[in-house]
Order: sequence, then C-alpha cells, then structure tokens
Amino acid sequence: MLFQHILFSIDDDGVALLSLNRPEQLNSFNSAMHLEVREALKQVRQSEHARVLLLTGEGRGFCAGQDLSDRNVAPGAEMPDLGESIEKFYNPLVRSLRDLPLPVICAVNGVAAGAGANLPLACDLVLAARSASFIQAFCKIGLVPDSGGTWLLPRLVGMARAKALAMLGERLSAEQAEQWGLIYRVVDDAALRDEALALARQLATQPTYGLALIKRALNQSYDNRFDQQLELERDLQRLAGRSEDYREGVSAFMNKRAPAFKGR
Amino acid sequence: MPSNLVVQPPADGVRLVTLHRPQALNALNTELLAELAAELDAAERDAHTRAVVITGNRKAFAAGADINEMAERDLVGILNDPRVAHWQRIAAFSKPLIAAVNGFALGGGCELVMCADIVIAGSDARFGQPEINLGIIPGAGGTQRLLRAVGKPLAMQMVLSGEAIDARHALQAGLVSEITEPELTVERALQAARAIAAKAPLAVRLAKEALLKAQDTDLASGLRFERHAFTLLAGTADRDEGIRAFQEKRPAHFLGQ
Repeated sequence: MLFQHILFSIDDDGVALLSLNRPEQLNSFNSAMHLEVREALKQVRQSEHARVLLLTGEGRGFCAGQDLSDRNVAPGAEMPDLGESIEKFYNPLVRSLRDLPLPVICAVNGVAAGAGANLPLACDLVLAARSASFIQAFCKIGLVPDSGGTWLLPRLVGMARAKALAMLGERLSAEQAEQWGLIYRVVDDAALRDEALALARQLATQPTYGLALIKRALNQSYDNRFDQQLELERDLQRLAGRSEDYREGVSAFMNKRAPAFKGR
Repeated sequence: MPSNLVVQPPADGVRLVTLHRPQALNALNTELLAELAAELDAAERDAHTRAVVITGNRKAFAAGADINEMAERDLVGILNDPRVAHWQRIAAFSKPLIAAVNGFALGGGCELVMCADIVIAGSDARFGQPEINLGIIPGAGGTQRLLRAVGKPLAMQMVLSGEAIDARHALQAGLVSEITEPELTVERALQAARAIAAKAPLAVRLAKEALLKAQDTDLASGLRFERHAFTLLAGTADRDEGIRAFQEKRPAHFLGQ
C-alpha cells in the first residue's frame, strides 16, 4: 500500500515512524487517512523489527481531529450518524494504539484539537512542542469528546479539570498540559523531532517486550480492582521472567557489562 | 496419526490436544472433527489420561466449520452427515474436558467450547454463533447449550444477530470459567487439569455426570441421580483413602478404585 496521507517507515534501529501528513488541513482525519493509519499500525504489529512507535504530524499542526469538510450537515440533509465513524475508525484506532505491544511515543508538534487532542492520550509517552496546544473542541460544535477523551481526561487531570476542558473547549497550552499531568514533557519547538527520535531510539535498545508488559499492566490498572491488579502483575511477571531480555539483563548485571536487549 | 491435531501424551494425567489447521483458523472440517472424536475416544480408554485440555492457537481456537464442505451437502447429505456422530462422541466424553481459548471461538468452535466442562479464556478471546449470517443456524448444540450457559436474552442476541462477544462479556455471562492473559491460557488450563487429575477419578467422573444431568433433567430426578452417584462412591477405595487422608492431615493418594 502506497501512503498518500501519512509518512511511514520502520528503520534499522527498530523505530517505526508514523507521521500524519495532510499539513494543509492540519492533519485532520478523513476516511482515507484513517485507512492508511490502520494499515501502518497493522504493519507495525506484524513487523519483527519494530520495537517503538513514534507518532507525530507534518507541518504546523499535530492533528485537528475530524475533517469537518467530510461531513454533510447542510440544512435539510439527513442527520449524520457520527457513531458509525466512531465505531468504524476512531475507536479501533485508539484501541490499536493502546494495545500495541510496544511503547508508543507521541510528539505533538502543534495544535491538537478534537480527536487529535485525545489520540496522544492513548499513547504511552507524550512530548509536546512548547507552542503546541490541546483543545477539546467538541463542545464548541455540540459534540462530546470522543476517542477515549471522556475516559482518559478525568483519570489524567482529575474530574474538575476534565470537565472544564471538555465543556469550555479552551486552548490548553503545552506547558499547562505538562503541569497538569496530561502529557509527559514539553520540548522547545526546534528540538521536538530530534528529542522524540532520540527517545525512540533509546527505548528501542531497551527490553521492549518488558516495556510492553508494563504498558499492559498500567493500562489495565484503570479497570482493575487492587486484587485483580496484583494477580495481573503476577501473571505478567511470570511472562517477563521467561523473556530472553530478562536473562540478558541479569547476566549483564552480574558480569558488570552493558546488556544487549532484543525485545523478546 | 492425526494430521489436524497435535496431541501431547498425558503428563501428570493430563493430555493436551491442539487443533492445528492454522491456515483455516482451525475451522472444524469433518476430517478434523473425526480426528478429535477419535482422540477423545482414545483418551477415554487410556487409564493414564485423567483430564484433557483442548486448545487452538493464539489467533483462533476454532473459527467455525468448513463452509465449502457444508455448501456441497444437499438435504440428503445433511441428513446423513457423519459430523453428528462425531459431535455426540465429543459431548459424551466422560472425563473432564477443559478448553483453553484464545482468539476466535465461532460457530462450531463456540459449540466445541460449550462441550467442554471448564473454559479458560485469554482476554482477547471472542465467542459467537455467526451461522445466521449464512442463512443457517447452529447445528451442534449452539442454540441449546448457549441458552443454558448465558440465558435467553443474550443467547437470542448472539444467535439471531450473529455478533460475537468478548472474553469479559463471556465471563460475566457464564460462558467462561476464568479469564487470563492470552500467553498464559494454555498453562492455566493445564494447571486446572492437573489439579483435577490428582483427584479421585471415579468421583470426578460421577461429579461431571451429575452436573451435566442438571442441564437436561428436572430437579427431583437430578437430585435422585446425585444421591445414587453419591451412594455408589461409598463403595470405592478412593473414598476411604480420601477421608482417611483428610483425618490424618496428609495428601490423598487416589488409585481410581
């Protein structure tokens, strides 16, 4: 599949780079871009080399959510079933990012609005350019935050701030987002790409199978009771303890040498 | 030697049977079904086998029957369908049958799951009866066992719409005994099987029979059966051993006698 709306590659270091590439439309989603992103994520899942995914956007914006020019809401026209596009595109996309068995870094290079503001929240490590901003724009056009926003926001920033973000739809600066715990870190605009790539390359040398298990445990912690989580930790540790990387890690530690992890 | 099954001989009394038609998502064609029935027949006769775990692969437990094969059968062909006997053989297996389910358990695959006594499912398992999408209905217990397992509204929804449910929903509904991480499904099923294999085989067998009776008889007859079974066990050496071991605070050694 030749991509038109995204840039996609998997390099020799094991870093998969997926960049939304409709810069004129601030990388807003239409069906074609959805299908390409889906295909790329499938390739990441099936790749034997990919150990980290870096998600970002081309141009000045990260992602402006749904491309509204794709929506027919002329007066008299039949009311659209937005639930259908959620079911078909956005929900599988968010699930896919959360379930991907490798760390997903998101570099928010500019404005992130609507679904575009919530996608990063489904990723694991979010860096944002200092000039980037997050806007839960849904309420401005009579909609509800989707792509997991209503679930993730209160868990990340608390209910009071989540409601204000979702109901006021105001622009949240990257720095404020960092202070509120919505994202991991703010980076100077010019350094974002390099820092995100450096982080991705560094992570790709780590025991990424174990990192994926950590991701699973932390993600599931939102759903589980404490006892269930303890059982999950037991099971995941059982798996981690059988990995080649664990053996390598222990052996390197005992022999005072640098470990060479393979991500399995 | 079966070509669509990988069979691991019993260790600690447990035999592991793996459905192996990966190119067809383990679709239960007649050949595979016959092999499975024959395998359970062998397991039935083998005194070393005290429990059987049946599983597929990470992607699919079994994703239905073989549609092409089905398309070739006309009315008379279906009347004389050899599959019916295979299914009866599978359902009549008298030793504990544990299904370790990852991925898809659809159509015949879901019906096979329901022939099992205990179901350990990976968190990504999906269960469904999609026959309706083909203009047919479940033909190996899907309309009967599913209703008994999950109740009428959900059974109706699944059978009439053909839509699958996920592992969490299946657990909640009673189709599944336990959910685990997908990588640990088989291991967990083997653990459960080994635990059962260490019990008194005659008691296990009668307990299974009594529980299954509950599904197809009225309460009074079921209770009568249970009492008879309970009484029968009074004549076994394993009962004496079990009770004595308990009194002496030591592990019991059952011989199946």
